[in-house]
Amino acid sequence: MSRRDISLTVNGKALSGAAEPRMTLLDFLRDVLGLSGTHMGCEHGVCGACTVIHEGQPVRSCLMLAVQAERQSIETIEGLAGEDGSPSVLQDAFRDAHGLQCGYCTPGMLMSAEALLRENTSPTDENIREAIGGNICRCTGYTQIIDSIRLAAERLREASS
Amino acid sequence: MSTPESHGSNYHQISRKRRIVEDKRFVTGQGKYVQDVPLPNLKHAAVLPSPYPRARIKSINAEAALALEGVIGVVTGVEIAEHVTPLYHGIDLPNVRWYPLANEMTRYAGEWVAVVVAEDRFIAEDALDLIEVDYEPLDPVVDPEKALNDPSALVHPDHGTNLIFEGNFTWGPVEGDFAAADYNLSFRVRWGRSSTVPIETFGVQAQWEPGIDTLNVWASIQMPNYQEQIATALGLPTSSVRVLQDVDVGGSYGVKRGVKHTVMVGYLSRKYGVPVRFIEDRLNNMSGGDNHGPDRIFYSDVAFNDDGVITSLKIKAIDDCGAYPGRGPFQLGKPIAAIVGPYRINSVQYNPISVTTNKSGQVPVRGMGQGPTNFMIESAVDHVARHLDLDRIEVRRRNFIRADEFPYENPSGTKYDSGDYHTVMDKALELASYDDLVKRRDEVRASGKLAGIGVGACLEPSGGNNMFEYLFNPKLEISTFMEGCQVRVDATGQIVGTMATTTSGQGHETLVATIVGEDLERDPDDIRVMHADSLSGLPTRSPIASRMAVMLGGAASGAAKKIKDKLLAIAAHNLEKPVSELEYEGGDIFDRADPSRKLTWSQLVHIAYRQYHNLPEGMEPGLQAIHVEQVPLGGQLPDENNKVQLYPCFSFQAHIPFVEIDPGTGKVIVHDYIIAHDCGTVINPDIVRGMIIGGVAHGIGAALYEKFAYGEDGQFLSGTFVDYVMPSVFEVPYVKDAEHCTPSPLTSHGQKGSGEGGYLGAPAAMASAVNDALQPLGLTIYELPMRMTDIENLLNGS
Repeated sequence: MSRRDISLTVNGKALSGAAEPRMTLLDFLRDVLGLSGTHMGCEHGVCGACTVIHEGQPVRSCLMLAVQAERQSIETIEGLAGEDGSPSVLQDAFRDAHGLQCGYCTPGMLMSAEALLRENTSPTDENIREAIGGNICRCTGYTQIIDSIRLAAERLREASS
Repeated sequence: MSTPESHGSNYHQISRKRRIVEDKRFVTGQGKYVQDVPLPNLKHAAVLPSPYPRARIKSINAEAALALEGVIGVVTGVEIAEHVTPLYHGIDLPNVRWYPLANEMTRYAGEWVAVVVAEDRFIAEDALDLIEVDYEPLDPVVDPEKALNDPSALVHPDHGTNLIFEGNFTWGPVEGDFAAADYNLSFRVRWGRSSTVPIETFGVQAQWEPGIDTLNVWASIQMPNYQEQIATALGLPTSSVRVLQDVDVGGSYGVKRGVKHTVMVGYLSRKYGVPVRFIEDRLNNMSGGDNHGPDRIFYSDVAFNDDGVITSLKIKAIDDCGAYPGRGPFQLGKPIAAIVGPYRINSVQYNPISVTTNKSGQVPVRGMGQGPTNFMIESAVDHVARHLDLDRIEVRRRNFIRADEFPYENPSGTKYDSGDYHTVMDKALELASYDDLVKRRDEVRASGKLAGIGVGACLEPSGGNNMFEYLFNPKLEISTFMEGCQVRVDATGQIVGTMATTTSGQGHETLVATIVGEDLERDPDDIRVMHADSLSGLPTRSPIASRMAVMLGGAASGAAKKIKDKLLAIAAHNLEKPVSELEYEGGDIFDRADPSRKLTWSQLVHIAYRQYHNLPEGMEPGLQAIHVEQVPLGGQLPDENNKVQLYPCFSFQAHIPFVEIDPGTGKVIVHDYIIAHDCGTVINPDIVRGMIIGGVAHGIGAALYEKFAYGEDGQFLSGTFVDYVMPSVFEVPYVKDAEHCTPSPLTSHGQKGSGEGGYLGAPAAMASAVNDALQPLGLTIYELPMRMTDIENLLNGS
């Protein structure tokens, strides 16, 4: 099948690569652009492990074709840390509250939480549940993930006040 | 000395809040899972599933697939069976031959019949569509009880029966206890076919290096004897199989045991002279990965007295292990470790039966069969309470082993090390504000809805002395379940611990660093922990059986103590004082009588590495130590009555969920979940809390949602996450937990396992809650999962 050149912005950088029209954004990020932080879980849009931020909104990269991302902005787990590699407030909070175990759902979970906290640094527990309701974690039972997001929100509020 | 309430607070590192080493790479997207390990010239495999649950394969035509550009080869089951030996079962089953691909006959819908290797995964999957298979469909064997009683259709005709294993064990005076009891009750409980279903599917890549006769293997693996089983099947010496263990595993909870996948990929890599990767897609994983869990029917009888004291149990357990048993039948054996749970039940009769059907094969799932058995035991207690109209908590309290009875030997010969079940139950009730919870329940009921409180207790055997294997197969005369760890202090004083297995979310690197840091009084954050590959590594039985806190912790502590002893010997020699007069503090050593006479950590390390002339005569230079920990209380074979110590340490949990059931739809809403737990000394509080709560979520899934369903025609009905429903954050409440600590007298720091208890207790507690909610209607349900439709049907009387 013929490949098409795709140019897009990933984590603020202009990148390009070639992909067959049938290639998902997930495979494109991982196998063409070499960004392996985004993970494949179910490939049918249920588990949320492959969540990335597309034009400001969290989406499942297994349900989006790479060609659909032409000239669009994508953010992945690799883009959360600062330029100098220092962890973001959210990443740090997940470490402090141990909001993960095996780490496999974590990139998707963090991207969903990131999208929430950009909109709302005072989320209720219901807001948090809504935000990560499409991300399945088999390790934690979610309690420490909720703790992590609460902690990140609290620190973001403190930093902005 | 640690007191029961101190939570090990006399320790400097252990039990303290500490960030988990592993989390750093995971929150930055830098975990290294098998799919993230690049190899030059890597090729990709895809497998063709059988559409039939039972069929003869008359022919396979792969010509068109082979002609597709980019296809390197196609391999069928017939070919692979000519070149590899059948895969390992725990039970001796010479005529139940298990290969990576179906050989001449398919035995379940989804079984892999051929594999394509191609330049990329897209081409490999395109080629699958071009393979023509001529099948002769046969009637499948689906119902396990029918399979036993009406063996007209055989899953493995050469085996001659669908029975895989049957055991008959009697421990104690069962008939006498039944005759003497005031009452006895018969009941049936059913545990549905589910598994842990990690978000990462199983994946493996293999690279044959002919120049050094070595098969390199990267896999998302969690199992013992992996290297040996690959080598045996491929006809290689184990010294030619190098399993790289520094691969992050995206969840496992027991099930990541892809021996068949690995043997297939190893064969392909050798045949085609290229590295080959196979990553299960989700349907491969669900339908064809041979990774389903227990699927069990219990017929039990319980003998008890007027006061609610239970005296004896008779248990018949029929487990459907699918087409390929693997180690699955042993999941009927492990529960012997806690066959009476936390209760003072005097005698037990146990009749475990494993039966083969045309379904995907079985692997050990979190707790190795203890979850279903615990559900049965807790159901027995609830039946007794209901029969006598006694309070469920009171009946448990009357039957709990008391704190002053430890070590307590259960009827099957296992001594429970320590515990205080009454206190832990009290802590759960207190955290739940139990009296208020009862009021809340009654208020909901008064408003015309259904509401229930669950009560569940469970033991979590930990440490992993697998003597049940011998009870099921006396050829397996294996009485050690060791674990190794190396600690090395390098010439600059940096510490590196080395463990011998992969890790799949349990925080083993943090465990080793914390314990070595504790024992050497060095900062755990400065201690690096590595995973040796299987050729350069150490003895291991892998992170199964809730054993790593006990066993890897013990090994790390043992190695650290050897380092400390060596440092003390060096100091004694140089300070010219006996060790007994020296003090070790933070890695420095000084003369207790004159603390100014001191050698610092750096000085001691320098002597060890650079100054042979200052070492005691004959001492090996350098600073490294290996310790191989033998499992506490291990080493004994069963006696003539089949009594034996299984597992050394026993953690305890008390679970209290509060649920509401929508009377219109049967939907169960879990409003609250409270758990109190005692796993002895907690090494890392965040890890333990995560393990416990994560296990609860798994248990809620097994109780309410998760089922690998098959139709009566043997077709697989649960191939997606829409059909196999797992709890999201909407289905799991914010779990509240309370700790208690009765240290184990058998382990390095009093620790016990904590990875399974949440999962072992939650299904029973959830069933208890649902049954409490249904009680006003006079309805009961003892079949898991209790899906919305199941409860709706029950409410509608159908």
